[in-house]
Amino acid sequence: MSQAPSNFDEFMEGLWKQNPVFVMVLGMCPTMAITVSAVNSISMGLATTFVLSASCLLISLLRSAIPKQVRIASYIVIIATFVTVVDYAIQAISLDLYEALGAYIKLIVANCLLLGRAEAHAAKNPPMASLWNATGMGLGFTFGLLCIGGVREILGAGKFFGIALFGDHFQPWVVMVLPPGGFFIMAVWLIVFAAWRSRKQRASADHASTEEAKA
Amino acid sequence: MSTPNDIPTTPGGKMVFALGLVATICGVIIVGIFQVTLAPVNANKKLALERQVFKVLPNAKTVVDYFATDSGIESADGKETTPAGAVRFYAAYAADGSLAGIAAEASSAGYADQVRILYGYDPVKQVISGIGVISMRETPGIGDKILVDKDFLHNFEALDVSLSQDLKLLANAVKTVKHGSKQSPWEIDAIAGATVTSKAVGRGINASAQALLPKLYPHVEQLRSAK
Repeated sequence: MSQAPSNFDEFMEGLWKQNPVFVMVLGMCPTMAITVSAVNSISMGLATTFVLSASCLLISLLRSAIPKQVRIASYIVIIATFVTVVDYAIQAISLDLYEALGAYIKLIVANCLLLGRAEAHAAKNPPMASLWNATGMGLGFTFGLLCIGGVREILGAGKFFGIALFGDHFQPWVVMVLPPGGFFIMAVWLIVFAAWRSRKQRASADHASTEEAKA
Repeated sequence: MSTPNDIPTTPGGKMVFALGLVATICGVIIVGIFQVTLAPVNANKKLALERQVFKVLPNAKTVVDYFATDSGIESADGKETTPAGAVRFYAAYAADGSLAGIAAEASSAGYADQVRILYGYDPVKQVISGIGVISMRETPGIGDKILVDKDFLHNFEALDVSLSQDLKLLANAVKTVKHGSKQSPWEIDAIAGATVTSKAVGRGINASAQALLPKLYPHVEQLRSAK
């Protein structure tokens, strides 16, 4: 890399190019477990985004003060702190939401996306770049969860964001809001993304070969 | 990959300092957020509880926490943990200050996880007059019918939990029976296809009522005069 990427590039990396759910396939535990409705997905995604941004910012600020030997311990303490912050904040906002997300708020601390970002990005980059990158990754994660949660809510409950979409005759496809449904929808999305990527690659390869033939 | 030789040697003091610094910053943040959210979290919990109690006891307007122990009943206001041997219950009062009923929690293992319900108890008729679910993870469309199935909820309009003559146990244990075979007022007619969850509700209510009512019933008068 000859030139440091702009904040916009940092932001877009997680949102699209390196999407944590569909490209890196990280943090599958909450992805499978809480995506039974769009609201849960958004809440979990935003909670993770906050923890990711805040901890990456703090880690980046402290990066010269933390020796390499004790970095993992320090990162985990910092991540756990912000998970605790989110845990209390959600309890203060809505107990219903707290019940719905259950143990998975506390389990954000074990989401490999967080430690992965801290180690791979925040520890090596200045605070602003880390913050943008982390926020992009977090929103990319939110987007991924919403893609899965939205489809599961529509098929499994006939609703989207709690609003009924179909008439009374709709028979919910219950398996979609059960754990197996998470795997089905995740697989379908991965196929869609993989197909889209390989098609794009083939198109650019075709383009290159026709250029060569002309030359 | 870097080899071990590449890692610069750091003095031990610096490592301890770095960990101490991180711990201090994190400590301040955690305690700060705990203090800030304490009041709203408690208010939320109280509100959620009142909402549940009002659902099972529609006439209720205010709720007071109590413990029932072997020696009588005592106030549990503001106490988070229930002491050993005591049972927590909620006395609900109507707008005019009269006792609207008693609510207590029952829980038992369902199909997926603990099914936690709150039931309303009418000390005059000695019956359970309504139930509401606090939390459960039962299968959507099957086990969670206990929330909406009208025939099932009909069981809890007047479920008999009267005490035996010596006031030590229920005269008849609450029991969940096969769908359509309910004969006595202390039996619960299970939902067809959701027997495990129905049984969990019955088992939970039985265990809770057996533990609470013998301690509570002789002292109900005390609650009436409390307000």
